[in-house]
Amino acid sequence: MKKTIISAFVAISTLITTVGMSFGDLLVPVMTYRVGPFAANGTQNANGFVDYLTMLNERDGGIGGVKIKVEECETGYKAEKGVECYESYRGKNPLVHTPNSTGITLQILAKAPEDKTPILTMGYGLSAAAKGETFPWAFNYPTSYFSQMTSILKYIDSQTGLKDQKIGFIFLESGYGREPIPVLEQLAPKFGFEYFLLPVAGKDAQNQSSHWLTVRKEKPDWMIMWGWGVMNPTAVKAAIKSRYPLDRFVGNWWSAGDVDLGPIGEAGKGYKGATFNATGTDFPAVQDVIKHVVSKGLTKTGSEGPGTVLYNRAMWNAALIAEAIKTAQDITGKKEITGEDMRIGLENFVLDEARLKELGFAGMVAPIVGSCKDHEGAGAAFIQQWDGSKWVKITDAIDPMKDIAQEMLTKAAAQYASNNAGWTTQTCN
Amino acid sequence: MDLLTGIFITPFAEMIGLPDLFFQALWDGFVSGTLYGLIALGFVLIFKASGVFNFAQPILVVLAALALISFYKMGVPAWISVVLVLIMFYALAWLIERLILRKLVNTDGNILFMSTVALSFIIIGAAQWIFGGRPSSMIHKELGFPVGSVEWPMFGGGVYFELLDISAAVVAVLLIVCLGLFFSRTKIGRGLRAVADDHQAALSVGISLNQIWVIVWFVAGVVALVTGIFWGARSDVSFALQIIGFKALPVLIIGGFTSVPGAIVGGLMIGIGEKMFEIYWGPLLGSGVEGWFAYFIALGFLLFKPQGLFGDKIIERV
Repeated sequence: MKKTIISAFVAISTLITTVGMSFGDLLVPVMTYRVGPFAANGTQNANGFVDYLTMLNERDGGIGGVKIKVEECETGYKAEKGVECYESYRGKNPLVHTPNSTGITLQILAKAPEDKTPILTMGYGLSAAAKGETFPWAFNYPTSYFSQMTSILKYIDSQTGLKDQKIGFIFLESGYGREPIPVLEQLAPKFGFEYFLLPVAGKDAQNQSSHWLTVRKEKPDWMIMWGWGVMNPTAVKAAIKSRYPLDRFVGNWWSAGDVDLGPIGEAGKGYKGATFNATGTDFPAVQDVIKHVVSKGLTKTGSEGPGTVLYNRAMWNAALIAEAIKTAQDITGKKEITGEDMRIGLENFVLDEARLKELGFAGMVAPIVGSCKDHEGAGAAFIQQWDGSKWVKITDAIDPMKDIAQEMLTKAAAQYASNNAGWTTQTCN
Repeated sequence: MDLLTGIFITPFAEMIGLPDLFFQALWDGFVSGTLYGLIALGFVLIFKASGVFNFAQPILVVLAALALISFYKMGVPAWISVVLVLIMFYALAWLIERLILRKLVNTDGNILFMSTVALSFIIIGAAQWIFGGRPSSMIHKELGFPVGSVEWPMFGGGVYFELLDISAAVVAVLLIVCLGLFFSRTKIGRGLRAVADDHQAALSVGISLNQIWVIVWFVAGVVALVTGIFWGARSDVSFALQIIGFKALPVLIIGGFTSVPGAIVGGLMIGIGEKMFEIYWGPLLGSGVEGWFAYFIALGFLLFKPQGLFGDKIIERV
């Protein structure tokens, strides 16, 4: 009798779960970190992403008539928690994974082909994932760290020339922070500049006085930062304290958010950062999020979220996923798609100027087209500067040094594949 | 040969060649050291009273800083906000004593330690629920602490003294001296030492364990508030501030878990040592030395002087 009751309970539970899944919507999990040392940035990322997809549900009833189910999984920006999150979605038909961390990406990258669920790491993750033939299941639209570093170096070249310049590279000691170092290694002899490395351990992110004493000793012409979380404002404050000229200090796109410079305010005037999305609330897509989500109280963000660097970027991340879902629906003729269908969508979407205008993103981001071979896309970045209260775009889009970046990406992809026996690749026409 | 030059000649040549940088490193190390000492002090107080490493101390720093800013943002004048935070910490100390410590009297030290781990997570959750995750700027200017810097010109360069750093060092030293006197010259201070040695023995001679614990947790809260103000002003106030709290661990190992002067001496050793080592010997090891230097020194102490410089040498008879 007891066995029968337990069996019935298990069967009913399974049935409920299965029914829930089959009538479930388009499941888009997202790994977020609203707690922990990187919560300030992670919260903005999470809010922009979730709010945009919520807006599509509210305004359009989802995508192609099917509701989107956005599920957050808290990682605290820890790789092991990210892997747990990834595992928890096995068998639930997640369409795509958004790890929001290079460390987590590196842990789950090899699992994606096996589970047939693509991973989209927008502007982070493994740079080599740009090579679609080697990484059929990983995407890093719209650009990679390799490309970004070459764009920043091109910017420096346009300002002072690269020859005989001394560049200090301060970075979060992690897979993320170390990712662009090969670019410096390769380009330093080619362009005649020298560089030195300043790794900042996570636990010392708020305590960088030694690093900036070293900067004072080395007297670099330029400083480049690959920081995240509290490391960013601390570095800018330390630069100010050590009298380093802020207009010679360029952060990458994870080191130049409103949460980073907002608390510094006027004192941070002049600091520069790369980005691939504009800020502000004037864009129709942002206005729609405010109208359908923020003003209705359907968000976890305050009114200060929309329009900021990280919030807008996360919206763009969600919009790219939404467009890939729509593309997959159009190509397969199915409304409820799978991860495999989603992969097709990610390689075939077209976000040209006309489509960006339709979606309300015109002027905020550059057009991009999905591709089998190129999972990185356009690869351009522009430079913005903090004016004391907000970010101001100061350059047009700077294309990466494509020949150099592509050569390095190809080499890195081949290296990854050779290190992972039996790695699944694809051939693109 | 290059290695020997890098160890024994180049660093000292650089110190002589760039004396302003040397003095700057010394000053920055001194300021960091006093602030490390301040963090360590919070741990020492609880350890002296209950013999437990208070895992929740770093999050108390965050809680104090966030509460202070929140009161101020609600329109409360800055110094009244400080008073409100102190009242809040007294209430918290009372609650901790009533709900946790009182029930764990005479239990194993590990149980007490785990209770502080649990407390830490409760405070993290509650604080994020109340204050949110967005970083804020510390209100040190509103509290009247000076900003800006003074420069001491030297050999074509200069040493910069941030006024806030000077304030931090002065306040930290004053606080440490006051606490040192309080715990060595007052009845409560002596009671605290008795409690730390043996709960039951202290109770048997009429010391109120409950009262001592409330006072000590409250004082640890005061230290957390001061720490939060000055560390918060150096970066910003967010939950990341708790990471710096654990920097106190090597400081405690060096200074001794039960010594107030040990906290400051250990802090200064780490603060000045890591700056010097990073700048002058760091390049030999690929930089990033500061991340492990403190732990390396602490390991040496654990091997050769486990009670630290000023800690009580525990002799247990079998």
